[in-house]
Formats: sequence, C-alpha cells, structure tokens
Amino acid sequence: MQMTYLEAIADAMRHEMRRDDRVFMIGEDIGPYGGAFKVTKGFYDEFGAKRIIDAPISEAAIIGSAIGASLNGMRPIVEMQFMDFITNGFNQVVTVAGTTAYRWGLPVPIVVRGPSGGGVGGNPFHSRNSEAWFAHATGLKVVCPAFPDDAKGLMIASIRDDDPVMFFEHKGLYRKIKGEVPEGEYIVQLGQARVVRSGTHCSVIAYGSAVHMALAAAEVLSREGIDTEVVDIRTLVPFDQETVFQSVRKTGRALVAHEAVLTAGFGGEIAARIADTAFQYLDAPVRRVAAFDSPTPFAPTLEQAVLPNAEKIQAAVRELCNF
Amino acid sequence: MLMAREFDTAMLRLYRQGKAFGGVYSQLGNEAVSVGSAYALDRDRDVLFPMHRNIGSHFVFGQDLDQLMVNHLAREGSQMRGTDGTGHYADPARRIYGNVSHLGAMIPVAAGFSLADQLRGITTVSLTFIGDGGAQVGEVHEALNFASVHKIPLILIIENNQYAYSTPNSLEFACERLSDRALGYGMYGTTIDGTDVELVYATCLEAVERARRGEGPSLIETRTMRMRGHAEHDDFSYVPKDLLEDWATKDPVETYITRIVRDGVMTADEVKALRETTLATMIASIDRALERPWPAPEEGFKNVFMST
Ligand SMILES: Cc1ncc(C[n+]2csc(CCOP(=O)(O)OP(=O)(O)O)c2C)c(N)n1
Ligand SMILES: [Mg+2]
Repeated sequence: MQMTYLEAIADAMRHEMRRDDRVFMIGEDIGPYGGAFKVTKGFYDEFGAKRIIDAPISEAAIIGSAIGASLNGMRPIVEMQFMDFITNGFNQVVTVAGTTAYRWGLPVPIVVRGPSGGGVGGNPFHSRNSEAWFAHATGLKVVCPAFPDDAKGLMIASIRDDDPVMFFEHKGLYRKIKGEVPEGEYIVQLGQARVVRSGTHCSVIAYGSAVHMALAAAEVLSREGIDTEVVDIRTLVPFDQETVFQSVRKTGRALVAHEAVLTAGFGGEIAARIADTAFQYLDAPVRRVAAFDSPTPFAPTLEQAVLPNAEKIQAAVRELCNF
Repeated sequence: MLMAREFDTAMLRLYRQGKAFGGVYSQLGNEAVSVGSAYALDRDRDVLFPMHRNIGSHFVFGQDLDQLMVNHLAREGSQMRGTDGTGHYADPARRIYGNVSHLGAMIPVAAGFSLADQLRGITTVSLTFIGDGGAQVGEVHEALNFASVHKIPLILIIENNQYAYSTPNSLEFACERLSDRALGYGMYGTTIDGTDVELVYATCLEAVERARRGEGPSLIETRTMRMRGHAEHDDFSYVPKDLLEDWATKDPVETYITRIVRDGVMTADEVKALRETTLATMIASIDRALERPWPAPEEGFKNVFMST
C-alpha cells in the first residue's frame, strides 16, 4: 500500500496497539487533537484516554513515568512534540533508561519518538538533529528511518525491543516521502543497513534526510559518469558496520553524510571505523558532509546555507573521485 | 528500627577500618521515617523506591541481610553484578527499586510504576523519598503535578533533615513548610515530626488509604536532623553543635525504646540483648560479604543492552 512516511509510522503504532495491550502512548496533545503533526490522528477514538494519555508539559515526568510503567510490564511509546524538547527529559533517558539494563538487568522497553530535523523553517528550537547525543550515551538504541517502509518496520521492531529506543522521525519527510509499505505485520530488525542504490565508484553512507540528498546527488552524478552507491545505515545503535565495510571495499571511496552538525556527529564514528578496518581498500580519504556547527537558523537563506544538501554531496563525491 | 540503626553502626565501623568502598551515607536520625513509612505499605502489592537514607525500609520490605550487604559492597553475587553499589539495586520479587544518584530522577519513575497498574485497574501504592535539597530539583515538580493530575497512588516523603550536604534549609527554599507545596498541586500535604515512628506510620497509613480510595498522591514532609555528615568523609563542622545536641534528645531509636519499655512491650534487658545480637548479625553479614571476591572484570562488558 502507498503511504507517506508519517502514515507508515502511525500504521506501525496502530498495529502494535491493536496487537498488544501493554503498548500505550503518552505525550502532549496526542489525544483528541491527534498530536502536533497528527501522527496519532484517530488513535484517541480507537484506543481511549487510558491508552492515549495526554500529559502535562513535563517531558521528564512523561519519560520517567513511561520508564516506571515499563518496569511494571508495559511497553510505552512516548511522543516528544518535537525531538528538541528531549533536552527537558534528557536526564530520564540518559541517566535512568540507558543504564537500567546494565545496572539491574531489567528491560526498559520504551520508545521515545518524535519529529526531528531541519529544513522546514523551524528555528533553532524545532530543528535539531540530536541523535548522536544518544548514540554516545550508552544503553540506548537509536533509529533514524529514511523511507516509509523502514519507518514502519523499524517502529514495530522498536516497540518490541526490550531496550529503550530513541526513534528520530524526520519532520521534513513526514508528508514529502511516499512509498510502498507492506500491510499488517512488517518488521525491519534494528542494526541492518541497506544499500539503497548500488554503485561502483564511491560509497555515500548516510541516514535520515541525508539519504534522500545522497540519492538526488547520485542521479546527477550518474549523468557525469560517476556511479555512486548509497548506504542507508537506518540505525546508529546498533550500527551495521559490516554492510558499510563491504560497500567501501567495493568502491574504494567513502563519503559520510548526515544533516546533524559535523563536529562529534555520528559521521565521525563511521569515518573512524572505516579508517580502522577498511583502510587498505581506500583510494581516497574518508570525507564528511554535514551541517555547519551552529544552531539551525530560522531564515530560509541561512538555513539552506548551513544544512547539507544534494549539491554539497555531489561536490564532495566529485572531489573524492578525482583524488 | 534496630536493624536500621545497627546497620549504620556496622557501616561506620567498616568505614573507620578503611574497608568501605564508596560513600557511606548514614541514616542516623532518619530511622523512624524509613521504617514507619514502609510499614504502612502492603509489601505484597505495593512498591518501594528508597533513597540513600532509607536502609530501614529495605528490611521492612523483607530484603535478605546478606544480599543487601553484597549489593551494598558490590561483591560477587550482587544483584547489580558490580555495575553499581550501595542501595541502588532493584529486586522486583521484593518490590524494591533503588535510586540513581541523580536526585529526584526516580520520582517520575515511581509514579509511572503505579500508573501501569492504574491502567490495569489495580491500585499499587508507590512510596518514595527525597531530601530537603533534592526537593528543589525540577523533576520533583513535574512528577508531583503529573501524579496529582492523574490521581496516581504515590506517596512522596520529603525528608527534611535540615541540610543538603553543607547547605542549610535557608539556602534551599524560602517557604515555611515544604508540604505547603502540595496545595499548589491539588494534593494532600502535611509536615510531621520525623523522629516519631508511630506518627510516621499513622500518617503514611492515612496516605495509603487515601491512595486506595482513588484520591491520588500525598506529600509528607518529615522533620529530622541529619546526625552525621553528608557522608562519612564529611566532618559536618558547618553544623552548629547545639543544634545537634538539641536533636540528640529526640533520637528516634532511643525515644522509641523508652516508650516501649515504659509501655511494657519489652524490658530494658531484652532491648539491650536484641541490640547486641542485631549488631553482631550485621557485622557477621558484612564479614561474609567482604570474604566474597570482587565481581569478575568481564562483567563490565556485559548487559549494556537486554538484546543486541
Ligand atoms: C541532581 C543532583 N545534583 C547534585 C547531586 C549531588 N548530591 C548528592 S546528595 C546531595 C545533597 C542532598 O541533600 P538532601 O536532598 O537534603 O538529602 P540528604 O542527603 O540531606 O538526605 C547532593 C548535592 C546529586 N546527587 N544529584
Ligand atoms: Mg537533607
């Protein structure tokens, strides 16, 4: 069935809520209103106030109570109205959720999900890509889908996962990206990268919105005779490095791309692992394309300037191929 | 009460011998709060989220002494495998979920534990604690408001022991009673003498009954004195001596002993004998724990996730 990225996420959650009464949702304005982005539209009518809980504007209480409920056998899904507001619940995620398996050997099966990312004029407080913080935090799984089918399959896998999962939905993709999504039960295991375009000259390793930038760049480059492979890692934790190494062994060139800022971004981790393990296959240094190290600015001219895009990826791939 | 008191005596002894590893947080002066409150719960159906000065509540919830010591001292066999120590363990079978160091962080978690049962139509009372300093953390506010809005059966005891590390009440808050905040949350609140175990028990029992009737959370401020430093490394010279002397006359364990001897519940000799055997039991348990090896270093690489 053709679905938007947003519909696919809703479809996954609806599927799981029908299947498992331990799954409930908690967030702000997710009830009758259906959520700021309408991801939970219709959920309140179907599942009622007990399973679609409208909470006060208290991110720590929302995430903390979800953790507590998960310790008591539930599988809560937490909506952050914008992923930016995770800063207000950071302590719960990092200090409590991310350490519980290690300390107590007890599962905290929560999914904290919400819209992240820029490119939509969101200002510095509604645009952040904060996935790397959580990859660095330990004990958290980090998911960044780029396509509707993956959004669904990864969401179902995340809900069924016994570890806390940070699920980053790119708000710019919500209604822009449509695709074929399997109906009913559809699971994409966490920790499996996918080669979304096969090529021989250069690998672009990306996730989230950057996958679409890379695909657009690859189209243009193919007209110049450059054959680009695009690897969508899909999840940062667990990280499927094998698929990345395989691609790099084949092409001999690696460009890492993400929408998040450059410094200490997950791209640095990917680059380091390639350098460590696939060094002898490289014909050029590993390069990165990422956002300029600033908050995401508001004015479209500024925002477009600081964020990565297909053109910046094209230029970088050209450079690598001429190295 | 004696278990709580002698646990401290034994731990202080260990600290002086240089054998304690990590901080030793005495609960001297707080015994009546931990013990009286935990007794008000039904340990088969309610749940305990203790803090760092609540060792007495672990015993009330039936924790095995040897297990507690092994956990505390992070030896092989600890329920935390050595990943953490002190009272930070969780024991789901005994319905005890320990704290993290970050003050206030476990209050929303305790609320959520009860929330899960509320969704199932069951009332599970969560009892948890915070200090006069910890009560100023933002998450406490969020958790109380959330619990009150959703009528969650949560009891939060603010243990006002006059100091937060070196910081006195006057630099932590400007209201008269910390329980006055309950009014702002639309929940029940009261401030009581935390040295009187029967009063603590009766007050908490009422809170439990309110919670079972669906009337939501309660906020109870207990007034006590932290009779030692923040932890044993701290000489607490910043605490005026006469303040300590005043509070010493209200020692929760000694006052209770006087009362039960007066009422003929136990004779002074019986109390003395019980005291001695309790301390000896504590020391023996510590010795057994210390005989155990440290956990194997490999444990450090395990269990970051439940599944990978
Ligand atoms: C969020 C946070 N900030 C700082 C600390 C360091 N710290 C640990 S205990 C403590 C004092 C706590 O005082 P209080 O809450 O009154 O509890 P008490 O120790 O007096 O029982 C401090 C500052 C911490 N654990 N958590
Ligand atoms: Mg204090």
